[in-house]
Amino acid sequence: MYKRMLVLRFPPEITDKPIIYYLSQEYNLCFNILKATILPGEEGIMVLELSGHQKNVKAGLKYLRSKGVKVKSVAQEIRRNDEVCLMCGACTGICPTNALYVEQDSRQVIFNPEDCKGCELCVAVCPVRAMEIRFSKEKVLI
Amino acid sequence: MANFQVNKTFQEINEKIRQGKAVVVTAEEMVGIVRKKGTVKAAREVDVVTTGTFSPMCSSGAFLNIGHTRPGIKAARVWLNGVPTYAGLAAVDCYLGATEPREDDPLNKIYPGEFLYGGGHVLHDLVAGKSVLLRAEAYGTHCYPKKSVEKRITLKKIPYAQLCNPRNAYQNYNCAVNLTDKTVFTYMGTLKPRMGNANYCTSGQLSPLFNDPLYKTIGMGTRIFLGGGPGYVIGPGTQHNPDVERTDRGMPRSSAGTLMVSGNLKLMSPRWVVGVSILGYGCSLAVGLGVPIPVLNEEMAMYTGTGDDEIFTQVIDYGAEYPTGETHSLKEVSYAELKSGSIEIDGKKVKTAPLSSYVRAREIAEILKEWIEKGDFQLGQPQELLPS
Repeated sequence: MYKRMLVLRFPPEITDKPIIYYLSQEYNLCFNILKATILPGEEGIMVLELSGHQKNVKAGLKYLRSKGVKVKSVAQEIRRNDEVCLMCGACTGICPTNALYVEQDSRQVIFNPEDCKGCELCVAVCPVRAMEIRFSKEKVLI
Repeated sequence: MANFQVNKTFQEINEKIRQGKAVVVTAEEMVGIVRKKGTVKAAREVDVVTTGTFSPMCSSGAFLNIGHTRPGIKAARVWLNGVPTYAGLAAVDCYLGATEPREDDPLNKIYPGEFLYGGGHVLHDLVAGKSVLLRAEAYGTHCYPKKSVEKRITLKKIPYAQLCNPRNAYQNYNCAVNLTDKTVFTYMGTLKPRMGNANYCTSGQLSPLFNDPLYKTIGMGTRIFLGGGPGYVIGPGTQHNPDVERTDRGMPRSSAGTLMVSGNLKLMSPRWVVGVSILGYGCSLAVGLGVPIPVLNEEMAMYTGTGDDEIFTQVIDYGAEYPTGETHSLKEVSYAELKSGSIEIDGKKVKTAPLSSYVRAREIAEILKEWIEKGDFQLGQPQELLPS
């Protein structure tokens, strides 16, 4: 299951059109609307979580853009569940930013969130699924 | 028979353990001791070297007796949390294999499959004390009329559970790279295209069979640390192959020996029996395993004192070549090089990544050391050594 947390901006001329409905109808996507509002200038803003097959999510985003919706990703936070991590190091080979690395002497697998770009490669590669995605929902809902 | 300056027997070492006088060090510590003092002096001073390894070991599983029901059932098919077991044994016996996925797992249909739950995970849940859903089907007999049963079991409640792993603790293993243009998902982990990473899987100088490379002290009856409890080597593992090229210290240059091990699952700990999911490949079980090596003479001191810079493996292409079944070595590298973080192949610097937890391997060697120092753990003298 592929998941994206998005902020959508609807220009005034399309705020009265049914758009989100088609994500489910045409693209077989599941959506969860966390926030939706129409601003005084008639521009619509929506925060929603979109999930489904990765291909469908991509097609759905293309559709949104074609309708004039501005799509932005919400910053995702990758966290490590230290209770679960085995310190094997399988994640360190695929991490593109070296946010995950093996410390030379201690042989500990270190996760440095400051270097993490949120690509999520480590999430499925971790044999015990110790890397977790947290959406910083609080930030977007303010 | 070689003439040694130091000659100790299992009995002498065990007597010292009983008296709390045995000198026990980890294989990591032994490297420094031998380099500083030489093999003879090290052999005089040190009695036992402890080893450890903690990584996915696919050839693992457990014999379970699920207990008789009333009325009785001759369970022909048994599932635990939806994971099929092999039940072609006596009425309520079955074997749960670590790599068996849950029956409704999508496998690799959506590629790469995630394999989130399988036999290894059931073993972990059992050892962690969780209740597991048992479902059994039978054709019904006069003496065992019941045709199906569904109940929750726990490790405590079932009469018998014995971990019995046909192939563990591989002595050496390939270092895997991918020469193709696409990412591949293998049992050696996710390999990025054009040698984006090089994965290896061993605890190297801490690994049990690297400390007794020619199997001079290990065989059927060797007592070991298995899954957090006591266990035994019960023979050579499947694919045990002693006939490979070796260094002058006897270290195999490619995969060689393996162990078949067994231990009471009820005495194990969830920290050392952990279900794992290997992306695009399957489910497995990470097993904690440690073997104590008696330093019978200076030769054993030499073996146990061998460091990562003197142990080598071969770099193999898992992108195109390995699947064909015919491989050739791209390069020979030492574990010291692999542990440095990168190796060089054909002029390209390739990032290395371990799949075996060195931190946890070290922890196992320390625990085993503590057990022996306390006098709780005697060495088992093998009744028959592994084929060499």
